[in-house]
Amino acid sequence: MNKPILNVKNLTMSFGGLKALDDVSISIEKGQIAALIGPNGAGKTTFFNCITGIYEPTKGVVEITPPGKNTQSLRGLKPNYVTERGIARTFQNIRLFHGMTVLENVMIGRHCRLSSGIIKAMLQPPSQKNEEQKAVTDSYEILEKIGLEKYVNDMAVNLPYGAQRRLEIARALATDPFLLLLDEPAAGMNPQETKELDDLILWLRDNENLTILLIEHDMKLVMSLSDWIHVVDYGKKIAEGTPEDIKANSDVIKAYLGDESDDA
Amino acid sequence: MAIKNQIKQSLIIAFWFMILTFPIMVIKVNTIRHTIDFRWANLVGVGIVTFFASMTWNYFLRRNEDQKKKEMDDDIPLIHRLLQNDRFRRPFLGVVAAFFLAYPFVFPMYHTSIMISALVYVMLGLGLNIVVGLAGLLDLGYVAFYAVGAYAYALLNLHFGLSFWVVLPISALLGTFFGVMLGYPVLRLRGDYLAIVTLGFGEIIRIVLENWDSFSNGPRGIGDIPAPTFFGHQFNQENTMVYIYFIVIGLVLMTIFFVNRLENSKIGRAWIALRDDEIACQAMGIDKFKTKLTAFALGATWAAMGGVVFAAKTSYINPMSFTIWESITILCVVVIGGMGSAIGVIAGALVLILLPEYLRAVSEYRMLVFGALQVIVMVFKPDGLIKSVRKVYTFNVQEKAIHEQTNT
Repeated sequence: MNKPILNVKNLTMSFGGLKALDDVSISIEKGQIAALIGPNGAGKTTFFNCITGIYEPTKGVVEITPPGKNTQSLRGLKPNYVTERGIARTFQNIRLFHGMTVLENVMIGRHCRLSSGIIKAMLQPPSQKNEEQKAVTDSYEILEKIGLEKYVNDMAVNLPYGAQRRLEIARALATDPFLLLLDEPAAGMNPQETKELDDLILWLRDNENLTILLIEHDMKLVMSLSDWIHVVDYGKKIAEGTPEDIKANSDVIKAYLGDESDDA
Repeated sequence: MAIKNQIKQSLIIAFWFMILTFPIMVIKVNTIRHTIDFRWANLVGVGIVTFFASMTWNYFLRRNEDQKKKEMDDDIPLIHRLLQNDRFRRPFLGVVAAFFLAYPFVFPMYHTSIMISALVYVMLGLGLNIVVGLAGLLDLGYVAFYAVGAYAYALLNLHFGLSFWVVLPISALLGTFFGVMLGYPVLRLRGDYLAIVTLGFGEIIRIVLENWDSFSNGPRGIGDIPAPTFFGHQFNQENTMVYIYFIVIGLVLMTIFFVNRLENSKIGRAWIALRDDEIACQAMGIDKFKTKLTAFALGATWAAMGGVVFAAKTSYINPMSFTIWESITILCVVVIGGMGSAIGVIAGALVLILLPEYLRAVSEYRMLVFGALQVIVMVFKPDGLIKSVRKVYTFNVQEKAIHEQTNT
């Protein structure tokens, strides 16, 4: 059997006395759309932050096996190196670069795939010009795929909300990832936009050979989209399985709706 | 109703000012006759002036807000529209070039000298613009690098007899070196903390220069710094000024050229990303430390070159030229000119440095007018005189088709 593309074992993250994540193990197979769900404050975003290097986990193993490459550990790497290894993410609260145009936002994603340094930027030899031109066309193509090409020279901050969310995905795509982490991509979207997002995520999996892990509260989206669902509550993993398994799982229902005996 | 409210508000303000200025404007102690004079006329004057000033202020403030609502999107400064339009671009640049070329021959030496100072500030402003405007790192000790450049020329010339043209690249490298030296330990700081540490660094350099007598000659400074030569030829005083003027023009052009290229390159975009959102910037694969360090180092490089020119022009330097106020002035140039906007910074430097010189006629109120102008700019144009505009990329469908063909 193939090794899982992302293998997280016994991940623990403590902030002082608080264990935001407690012994969580999750593995994701290539080509999967996996979802990470759980009530508010369950530690989902902390999990993302631990993988992408924004936090260094207190304990545990974070390993990736990029397609056609050897297994390597991500633990303790800075966020930019994690991105270079091929993991891209979006943010729960949109974090676009306001002072830049839509195209430049995507070009930032190309950053770690470009090689020209300061001297080259100042002297602009042909190699740098070609690379720059290619970055522009590549970024534009990504915008076309995501369906944002009409905004290409607009300032990112002026975009409609749904488009901003999509731009975050476009920017993440520009880093050439094999694994895409989406943190609540549908938050604040209307049903129409959610439907389009649904299509986009499926399209990304099928046409860009991406593996996707998403955090989402929109259960309809999660259930229709995911191949495999992981559930966390109070920093602990309480269940995993197919959408059908999860729907029927009593622990999950208890985590979301509360235990009847608790109410007394 | 709005008018009525405004009159009421202005009346209150006028009344408040009358009370506030009462002790200095109305009461006057006559020390000879040992009496107190009450100048009631002044009180009325203050009231009337404040009332009308407040009314005009409010009027402009409201007009400004109305305009903002109208032109939210296509709010591109006039000068950018001029430069983007091919028909105006060449004549406009031609006029600007002609003006600056003719300047030293038309105006007397005094004016050339002032213009050199202003142009040095253009260089400093563009350098600091990298650090503050693009990378968003508030640096209050920028003058330290200016001092490094000036003292590098003065000392290397004093001890080793090195000429201006030899020292210029050396000091640029020294500036870069000091930029890295300062940048490295403060990389983890941001915002207010960074500002405080850089402020401290700026003062350290000045205090070292003031007290390390055997090295820098202390507060007496270093004199007799030679002016630059033209292939070994030394001009007379007046021509030297013209010569330095053109050197500065050349350096400014070089600065604009390189900074413009940097701004629209991989590293320039990384700076702006860092300014806009540090976490997202790292998550996009940008090395935060490297990016900050290059911003600091490159900013310092231009400050050091500016310092060499300054030393060559004044032929005498001492630590008093490199106080915190100098840093503040350069920062004002960047902020009032327009953060991140090269044209804005140039305009800011020319206005902020030339204006005080020509306001010497009303020297008593010079700083008052200067301060008032800064407040007005910040209220009505918070993005600066000329705000920055990002590069617009055009997409030629045909070109794209060719690109795709070559790919497949």
